[in-house]
Amino acid sequence: MEKTLNNKAWFLVLPVLLLVAFSAIIPLMTVVNYSVNDTFGDNQFFWAGLEWFQEMVTSDRLHEALGRQVIFSAVILAIEVPLGIYIALNMPKGGVWSSVCLVLMALPLLIPFNVVGTIWQIFGRVDIGLLGHTLAAIGIDYNYTNDPVDAWITVIVMDVWHWTSLVALLCYAGLQSIPNAYYQAAKVDQASRWSIFRYIELPKMRGVLLIAVLLRFMDSFMIYTEPFVVTGGGPGNSTTFLSIDLVKMAIGQFDLGPAAAFSIMYFLVIQLVSWVFYTVMTNLDKEEAK
Amino acid sequence: MAKITLSNLAHSYLPQPKGEQDYALKKLDHVWEDGGAYALLGSSGCGKTTLLNIISGLLKPSEGRVLFGDRDVTHAETAERNIAQVFQFPVVYDTMTVRQNLAFPLRNRGMAAPVIARRVDQIARMIGMEAMLDRKARGLTADAKQKISLGRGMVREDVNAILFDEPLTVIDPLMKWELRTQLKTLHREFGHTMIYVTHDQTEALTFADKVVVMYDGRVVQMGMPAELFEKPAHTFVGYFIGSPGMNIFDAEVEGNVATVAGHQVPLGAAYSGLSGRVQIGIRPEYSLLGDQGLPFAIRRVEDVGRHRIVRGEALGKPMNVILPEGMPVPASDARVQFLADRVNVYADDWRVEGGAL
Repeated sequence: MEKTLNNKAWFLVLPVLLLVAFSAIIPLMTVVNYSVNDTFGDNQFFWAGLEWFQEMVTSDRLHEALGRQVIFSAVILAIEVPLGIYIALNMPKGGVWSSVCLVLMALPLLIPFNVVGTIWQIFGRVDIGLLGHTLAAIGIDYNYTNDPVDAWITVIVMDVWHWTSLVALLCYAGLQSIPNAYYQAAKVDQASRWSIFRYIELPKMRGVLLIAVLLRFMDSFMIYTEPFVVTGGGPGNSTTFLSIDLVKMAIGQFDLGPAAAFSIMYFLVIQLVSWVFYTVMTNLDKEEAK
Repeated sequence: MAKITLSNLAHSYLPQPKGEQDYALKKLDHVWEDGGAYALLGSSGCGKTTLLNIISGLLKPSEGRVLFGDRDVTHAETAERNIAQVFQFPVVYDTMTVRQNLAFPLRNRGMAAPVIARRVDQIARMIGMEAMLDRKARGLTADAKQKISLGRGMVREDVNAILFDEPLTVIDPLMKWELRTQLKTLHREFGHTMIYVTHDQTEALTFADKVVVMYDGRVVQMGMPAELFEKPAHTFVGYFIGSPGMNIFDAEVEGNVATVAGHQVPLGAAYSGLSGRVQIGIRPEYSLLGDQGLPFAIRRVEDVGRHRIVRGEALGKPMNVILPEGMPVPASDARVQFLADRVNVYADDWRVEGGAL
């Protein structure tokens, strides 16, 4: 077939290009700009090259925040994924109760992050909070504003409370797609509960689990609002995760150059880890299909 | 292995069945003899699968009892019943290889590895999948998967019964024939009780020693294929078995004569005091075209090889006649005669046994 050459057609791409430019490229380039320059405001820039990057890569402060971040993400994934699967397996499969369950499970997901933080901030307070006060009353020494361990526990429990539903709902959707014949066949084959999970439910949930893990990883790796509202990154720096540190640096100290370099690396790390996750899991999938 | 007895069994999918129409399976007593090869035949929705699932324990009956030998298993779980069942659509464990799939029921019973290996090889040969044993089950075609399902059903040697729920629906015709033959061989070899659900009469008649015909939640007849053909106990059996099915006419029957739309048809036996809706049924095979008998208007002739099916109208109703090979098709207004002792008489759809003439 003869193709009509008409380069004017490129103009049709222009609106999208503009949209993407304003929504993504230009803001991102601003960050790039800050990361390679030094500025004292007034739009005066001094070329700094890769200095900020060097400073950030060798910064102990960043290393510590990254360490905390990795531990936090690992812990919440280790709790939320199995717990979400467990909840999904035990949810009613149909009828009124399944609807009730679904609504209850969806509730935490509908609460704004800020509000979640505030809820737990108050809930955990020793003077007026239900949790904090009760724990104090029964003689457990709990205080998330003083004790780093308590702060961590609070932040983790809060995240589990907030996000396990997401994993559970995704898994539930995966489970619902399994035809009844599979369970019947398993009964006929005298399969144990574990075998049913291992050979029927888990393989069928694989796709949604991949999405759940990916979403939970990205969200937890970028977490900011909730721990910031509850602990403000403290006590000391004990719950200062990457985002919180970044904001402190950029807005608290007005170190725009290092903060921009930090942002770019942060962004790349998330991209990289997500890509690795995705590739590994889809490759496993292909491997299985062989 | 054991005799399976269904006693006063009935099932309704509704929690509070009001009348008979709410029952998917109407009250029935039935015995499946140990080692029998049964075909359960009936149109879709007549309760075949329900009955099967009750036997295997996937469904708890609303009423009645299920016995394996002398043991009441009505409330026993499927796993306790040691029964195999193959479903209409393939069920394979995706992440396992073909070999692991076949070994799965044996492994769940904790059998020794060498025993499992030997048995798996044997079954693989039977279903023709030796070459694929180490492939993942996931990427296979539907009929390969169904063969795995079949293999998994047959792999245990000590099961009480093997239930097949229209297992060959997704398999191509040539393979169908071969697998059915394999099933028969397997039956001869191990003597398992086999119940084979189907709505295909050829499949039923070639597989089974005894055919059980179900209609509207009831077992209407159980018998050898020849019995079903010659003496269908219910008009449904007459219509369902045979190709084409039995011709059925409303009639008045007195003594050994039936009157159909003013014409007299001689019968092979004497009947008296029939009540309800009286009908006579005659197989197309036992109807003769010629120049005597009832008027028959020919509409269409189908040549199916060994014989020809003549479709037409007699006594104001569509009727089929089978014309043996070599017989000429008569001119358009032919007449049809029935072989008197092959005519069955029905009252309210159930066959009535006639007395001596």
